[in-house]
Amino acid sequence: MPPLPLHTAGPYVAAAYIVFLALILLYVAIMAGKLSRVEREVDELTELAQRLHDEREEP
Amino acid sequence: MADSMTSTPPRAPAPPAASATGRRRGLYGRNLRALSLVTAALVTLTLLGVFFWAPNDAYLGFLQKIFYVHVPLAIVTLCGFIAGGVMAIAHLRTRDPRWDMRSYVAIHISLVFGVAVLITGSIWAKGAWGHWWVWDEPTLVSFLLIMLLYATYQPMRFAIEDPERQARAASVFAITAGVFVPINFAIVRLSTAYVHPRTLDNISGNLPGRMQVVFWLALLSVTLLWVTLWRYEMASKHATAQLRRLRRLLAGDESEAPPRRSAAPSVTTSPGGVG
Repeated sequence: MPPLPLHTAGPYVAAAYIVFLALILLYVAIMAGKLSRVEREVDELTELAQRLHDEREEP
Repeated sequence: MADSMTSTPPRAPAPPAASATGRRRGLYGRNLRALSLVTAALVTLTLLGVFFWAPNDAYLGFLQKIFYVHVPLAIVTLCGFIAGGVMAIAHLRTRDPRWDMRSYVAIHISLVFGVAVLITGSIWAKGAWGHWWVWDEPTLVSFLLIMLLYATYQPMRFAIEDPERQARAASVFAITAGVFVPINFAIVRLSTAYVHPRTLDNISGNLPGRMQVVFWLALLSVTLLWVTLWRYEMASKHATAQLRRLRRLLAGDESEAPPRRSAAPSVTTSPGGVG
């Protein structure tokens, strides 16, 4: 059987590599979501720490 | 040290085992940027090698290029499952929940890679055989069986509420399934060599010259990608656990909500979180 010509095999190869890259990008997007959640929590904790500090400073 | 302890608000308890975790601080985030850059460079180099340097296969033609992503992904997926089993052994031996977390993340990432293996394999099968899936091909079916086996891992974890029991059961599962992976691979490899193309076959040597160089490069890239993603996930879990601990220290234990039921390991069982 002769090998598939480029114009026939090309879309399959492209699809396989797009799947691979899409999964990586999806993972990066998920990690970005987690990072923003961590950032939000750090903000909340900073506020909490500031409040505790202010309470301690009050006479 | 004593002064800093006395200046702590009365509601906030002293950090447990702070000295023990201090050495491990930022363990998973350390050198992560360098690792990410090396991985990105290697993946780019591999893609260049695949499309501009490696010759087309005489039999499969351009379609064979799929193998440079499909086969390394499959190898790394199976090795990732085995690594998850080895980490689970460490968990059962040491009772350290961090090993459970490492095993969980290894299996989690391997599952994602496994999905990519199934999709890229199906695309290749459609191009080469004219079918998306062939049920009488042992390599395909055995890989699907492994994936279905590991697909039960997270629901199994979720079904057990008690974190310690969950971790123990998950480790036993990871070890048992991890042993099944090489056995399954060997049986399929020994029993059939007829339909599914063999990439690492020393007898026929069917990956000569540049193709073999690019293949090993691809395998290295995918392995590094797996390690990088594992480190990212562990760093993320470590940061989340440390934040939760910090919140508890700042707000006092009474404000801590009961842990949600989750398939993910309970990282609060260790003083140092997952790090």
